[in-house]
Parts: sequence; C-alpha cells; structure tokens
Amino acid sequence: MDQKGFFGNWGGAYIPEVLHQTFQELKEEYARCRKDPDFWQEYLTLMSTYSCRPTPLTYAENLTRHFGGAHIYIKREDLNHTGAHKANNVMGQGLLVKRMGKKRVIAETGAGQHGMATATMAAKFGLDCTIYMGEEDVLRQRPNVFWMEKMGATVIPVKDGSRTLKDAINEAFRDWVTNVDDTHYVFGTACGPAPFPEMVAWFQSIIGIESAEQIMQYHGKMVARVYACVGGGSNAMGIFKRFLDEPNVELIGVEAAGHGANSGAHAIRLSSPDATPGVAQGYKTMFLQDEDGQMKHTHSVAAGLDYVGVSPILSDLWEKKRVRFESATDTEVMQALDITMKQEGIIPALESSHAFAGAFKEVGQLAKDEAIIINQSGRGDKDIFTIAHAFDDPSWKKFIIDRGMEYSK
Amino acid sequence: MQLEQQLRDKLHKKDILLMTHIVLGYPSLEVNREVIKQMVENGVDCIEMQIPFSEPMADGPVILKANQDALAAGITVTDCFTFAAETVQKHDIPFLFMTYYNIIFKYGEEAFFKRASECGLKGFIVPDLPPEMGESFLALAEKYQLSPILIYAPTSTDARMQELATYGTGFIYCVARRGVTGKKSEFDQDFDSYLARCRASTTLPLAVGFGIQSKEDIEALKGKADMAVIGSRTIRLVESDGAEAVGPFIAGLR
Ligand SMILES: Cc1ncc(COP(=O)(O)O)c(C=O)c1O
Repeated sequence: MDQKGFFGNWGGAYIPEVLHQTFQELKEEYARCRKDPDFWQEYLTLMSTYSCRPTPLTYAENLTRHFGGAHIYIKREDLNHTGAHKANNVMGQGLLVKRMGKKRVIAETGAGQHGMATATMAAKFGLDCTIYMGEEDVLRQRPNVFWMEKMGATVIPVKDGSRTLKDAINEAFRDWVTNVDDTHYVFGTACGPAPFPEMVAWFQSIIGIESAEQIMQYHGKMVARVYACVGGGSNAMGIFKRFLDEPNVELIGVEAAGHGANSGAHAIRLSSPDATPGVAQGYKTMFLQDEDGQMKHTHSVAAGLDYVGVSPILSDLWEKKRVRFESATDTEVMQALDITMKQEGIIPALESSHAFAGAFKEVGQLAKDEAIIINQSGRGDKDIFTIAHAFDDPSWKKFIIDRGMEYSK
Repeated sequence: MQLEQQLRDKLHKKDILLMTHIVLGYPSLEVNREVIKQMVENGVDCIEMQIPFSEPMADGPVILKANQDALAAGITVTDCFTFAAETVQKHDIPFLFMTYYNIIFKYGEEAFFKRASECGLKGFIVPDLPPEMGESFLALAEKYQLSPILIYAPTSTDARMQELATYGTGFIYCVARRGVTGKKSEFDQDFDSYLARCRASTTLPLAVGFGIQSKEDIEALKGKADMAVIGSRTIRLVESDGAEAVGPFIAGLR
C-alpha cells in the first residue's frame, strides 16, 4: 500500500470529511500495532485460546482418489470459532478497538458470518453492537440472525437498493458518520477505504502462514496451486498473501457465476468483461456497474459472494497477472458441495464451495505428485435452508411445514 | 463571473443567502423545472442539483429514496447535463452539480468538466472526494475555472480546516453536524464555536447545511454564516404538497 492507500491503480480512501479524523486515528493505531510484536503475540494467543488456531490442514484422501490428479488438501477455516475465517479479522480489529477506547462496534454482513463474528467479539469485549444486513440476506441466512441477536447484537435489515451486502455497507457508513466519536466500523472484508483492505488482509494472513508450514510438513514441498473463493476477497488474500513470493505457486480466485457468466445474474468482477473501474464504498476497484457508473444488481446463491466490488489488492494482483480468476455457477457449486459431503464428511459454506468447484474442474489434470490447497473459508451449517431447498429435500420440507403448523396454532 | 464574487455581490443586499438542493429526475425533470422556477422567483441565491447515484453514502432516507426513484424512472447523466444547460440559460443565479465521485470518474474527469463548463455550471460538491484523492480533479477545476466546493465537518481539526481551505474556491460547505442529510440539527453553543472555527480558518464565504428546515434555523445562522442550505426539507414538501408549495415556503424563510 502506498502513502495514499493505493495498490497499483486500486484502493485509496474516498471518504466524507466527517470521517477524516477517525481515519487518521485508525491509521495511527494500526501502524503502532504493526510495529508492536506484542500485539501480534496477543492476537495469536487470543486466536489459539478463544478460537481454534492453528486450524487443521486436512488431507482429502477420497476426493484425491476420486479426481485422480494432485493431492487435495483443505484448509479448515470452518473450524474457527463462529464457523468461518471472519473471526480472524474481527478478533484482530477487536483488539484494536480496545486500544482505541471505543465503546460501540458496527458491521455489515452478507452471509451473516462476519456479523456473527462481530457479535461474538462484542459480547466478549463488552461492546455495544449493531449489525447491518440486507433484507434479502436476513431471509437467506436466518440462523445467523438468530445467533447474533441472542448474543446481544441489534440486527438491522437494510431495505434499500438491492437489499444485499453493498447496501448493508452503505447503511453501516451512514451509522458511522453519525456516531463516529464512540463507534468503530468493523469492516468485514479486504475492501473499503484504506487502511481496511490492508489491515483485514493482515489479520487474515494467518491462514496462509499456517498453511505454508503445514503443507511443508505433510507434503514435503510447496503446493502447485491454492484456491479460494472471492467475495470481497478477505479469505482469498488471507491464504494467498504468504504464497505471493513463491513464484511456482499458482493462486486462483473463484468468483460467483450465479446463473452463468452470460446471464447478467452473477457477481463476476475479475474473470468476465462485465466489470469496469469505478469508485464506490470508499475505494477504487473493478465494479459491476452501467455506463453511467450506477451499480448493477448481482446474483449468487452464496450471500457472501453476492457483491458488486472486490478487494483493490486483488484487482492489483489480477492486473499484474499474479492471481488467476475463474468462476463457478450456482449449479456447479451445489454439485461440489454434494460430492465433498459424501466423499469427505465435510460441509463447506456455499461461499467456500465455489473454491471447491473451481479446484475440482482442474485438479484431475495435475500430476499425482503435486498438491493443491482449497481454502474452506467457512462451514455450511448456516446454509441449511438454502441447501435443503436446492436439494428439494422432502423430509426437511415436512419438518418445516410441521413446525410452521405448530407455531401458527 | 466567479462564484465567490457572485455570492459576495448578493451579500451586499441580503444578510444571509439561501442555497437549495434538488435531486434531478425526482420525481421528474418536469417537476424539477417547476420547483427551480419557484425557488428562483422567491429569492433563492444558488442551487445545487444532484446527479443521482445508486450508492449515496452521505445521504439520509429522504435523498436516498429520491436518488433511487430517479434512477428507477430512468434518469441518465446525459439527461442531467441537458437539463443543466437549459436551466442555467433560463435563470440568473449560480448552479452547481452535487454528485458522488463515481459519476464523474466514469464519465471521464476532463470530459465532465468540459461539459459542465459548456453548460454554464459554477462548481461541484462531491462529498466522497477528499482533496487527497482529488489531485487531477482539482487541477481540472482550476483549468476550467469551476469551483471545487470543499467540505468542513464538526470533526475537522483547525489544521485540517486550514488545509482544506487552500484547495477550495467559491465557498466552503460546513456540514452542521455528524450524520447524513435530513435530520434536524441543534444550533447550540458547540455549533457556534464550530462555526467560529470555520470562520477563522478561511476567507471564503461559509455555507451551512444538513438539517436546516425553518425560518428559525435560518435566523439562528444570520451573522455567523453567509449561506443557509435547505436540502431534504423541500424534497419532502414537494412529496406532500406538490411543487406549488415550494414558492411560498421559500418566501417565508427570510
Ligand atoms: C464462509 C465465507 N466465505 C467467504 C466469504 C466471502 O468473503 P471474502 O471474500 O471476504 O472472504 C464470506 C462472506 O460472508 C463467508 O461467510
């Protein structure tokens, strides 16, 4: 990141003046934390005692045999406390909030995993907590809404625009400019105004640091490829960062192709020609927008990938051709999820299933002595309603109907 | 004539100026046309016309909805320019564009300035473009002699205000309080000391906006600010009572 918050042509901090002073303070505190080895140590201790770090790297023996190519390893961010990589970022920012002395946190959430992690952190650190969530996402990720509320957070459904992640971000900003003195905005992904993209990527870099060590231990040499799904880009940056300087490791980001790359109903920013450079939500990146610069509606079965922008760091790595971007459709994702459950007894989140789908398309072509890592950013429990619906599961449907009848008595 | 001079000339005759805000295409350009006519005939001194954006981060519910409805009704940036050219021709007060940076960036900065200058606009208010991000924007403002309106907030330090003042021309837009557009502001002692800090940091005229709704609010600003900005209030008025209600409302403000 340069002085002004750019990664090559991308990033920056396009913020209203009201937030200028708060960003100064945030940048200073973040810089102090980066220089202070005790801070990272405190972070590691917290993550190994409150969460499950280091998370395992699982050898997927059955999937490896099934596809007949390279060895498949799965980085298990689903085993983090709260069930996704989001906790890595949130606990880090929580320590920062404690240092800054703010009493209240707010966050946006799409899949609800970031909101869950923030509500958890707020409960643990004794902070007030408000979560903004698009109305559509509230409906598709209902279990997470329930848990956030149970942990004491206020969840506000956002009814503007496309009623998804980008609208939740706008609303969180509106709250922040109003309550800036006592409130910190826990940004959930490697997007937004600087220093958020770099800071979030830093907290998430723990994923790649552990993975590199683990793969050397189990496989004895570097991996050939690393796959991650890309919504805003935090789990992808988290696992990629450590491998950026390993020239022989290919990094692949898998975006959400929704109903298909040519359907107009997708969230592919970097692996299709549909996105163009733009500035919104405080930063410059590739956005899905029309000729006038109005943001388009996006679609993905995975709420966490259903977003118009992408990390400026990833736009830079895309432009420099260091990361390759591919996409997977809703249908391909359901198939990947199905096969992973049956073969390995592992339930990836719909977001993470994109990384699996991307890897499954290619892994058979790789040599048997190579290895790949798939970043399983989260667990699929939160998606039970969506997945059951997609599988049109009769016994689940009956259960819901019966429960509905019971409640409506 | 330069915006600052135009405002100063008006300040010889009035103890406080009025700037109003309209969202282009909301509810329609025809209604915008009528509202502007009523505003100008009743003594409004300057009008900021907002080019709608799908992500109006600094706007509250009223203007947010106006942006979304205008876009849903099909307004384009080209329509906004055509309307601006016509409006500037018709009325002898300064007009500004207010919008978010992506609209300008996507159009092409230089093309945007060139077209705005041809239309006879006087300047731009861009709430998500701090000067640190606006190097080329500020250079073009100089080249095309259009005023970049810089924004002060109650959270701006004295040093920051002085820094911002070096980039601004025309006037400074002082945001009355933390928050987004639409909600009422309190003009208490804190507010007075904030305005005194604004005044001490620049020689440019000061406009005060966010939450100004009534004659009393404007009365309270006299002697402290040079221009009061009415935003959401008239949009709500048009929604409830129609465009005809705007003239009498404006006439009753001073
Ligand atoms: C499990 C999971 N994976 C991935 C994502 C996408 O975010 P990012 O691209 O920042 O990792 C989300 C976001 O909600 C998520 O919950």
